Amino acid sequence: MQKNIIKLSIISLIVFIIGVFFIGLNKSSIYDTKDLVGQKITNIQLDHFSENRIITGEDLKKNDFTLINFWASWCAPCRDEHATLLKLNNDEKNLKILGVNFKDKKNNALKFLKDLGDPYDDIARDEFGKYSINFGIYGIPESILINKDLIIIKKFIGPISKNDYNFIKQIVRKQ
Amino acid sequence: MKIKIIIFLIILNLNVVNAETSLVDSNKIFKNLRCLVCQGQSVGDSNSEFAQTIKLVVRDQIKEGKTEKEIYEFLIEKYGDWIVYKPPLNKVNFVLWLFPYLVFVAGGTIIFLFLKKRDNH
Repeated sequence: MQKNIIKLSIISLIVFIIGVFFIGLNKSSIYDTKDLVGQKITNIQLDHFSENRIITGEDLKKNDFTLINFWASWCAPCRDEHATLLKLNNDEKNLKILGVNFKDKKNNALKFLKDLGDPYDDIARDEFGKYSINFGIYGIPESILINKDLIIIKKFIGPISKNDYNFIKQIVRKQ
Repeated sequence: MKIKIIIFLIILNLNVVNAETSLVDSNKIFKNLRCLVCQGQSVGDSNSEFAQTIKLVVRDQIKEGKTEKEIYEFLIEKYGDWIVYKPPLNKVNFVLWLFPYLVFVAGGTIIFLFLKKRDNH
């Protein structure tokens, strides 16, 4: 009886350890915040890029869908995704794009938009990156697709790819 | 005179208690926050853009009078449990918290059974 208990305990322990390693090693070790979808973004307060006003959640509630895109003129991958953003802004009428200029110099940002085009319906400025923490941003470019209830539908870490573009198009046109 | 001393001590005590509750150690918080863009570094150890921004936000929140727990809760809401080195107990990670105790009890039981068996022989 006692022998059986000991055997069973040892076998259970071995199975448990193998299970932990199996699950742990199969998981991606690179953490991202993509899983934080379904959360409502609260307390939105962003300084407008050129006007003396604050962009709040109430402004975003007016749109069916908003893509909040964090970018900067010094960010090379932001240049890569810029054409996709221009296309999205051109093709999707249900979608508004809010650009958040992240830790950037105003003149450089304006030059960036002048050279590459302006895909944004509105632009906010996050000079020290502090407001971006409220959106769970940890690098740029990052984009967040939200609906009119300010609930996160999807987070895009890195530049928006062709697949991401198709996903956004599909979601926005479902409406 | 006695009453004056008692009142003085009460006021002094209140001040000490208030000072203790309002003093949130920012460095302690930085040490318990993981820098998400670094390799095994805490926010306190890192000088990355991300760590610098988190430090600014934490300092702002301390100034606003938020407690250490409230700051962790805010950051966990935005970045998930991964942001803190000591995650809160929840239904996903409760096994991790309970496992050491289970091993302790199981080990104790095995030793007890061994000793009992040896005594019987």
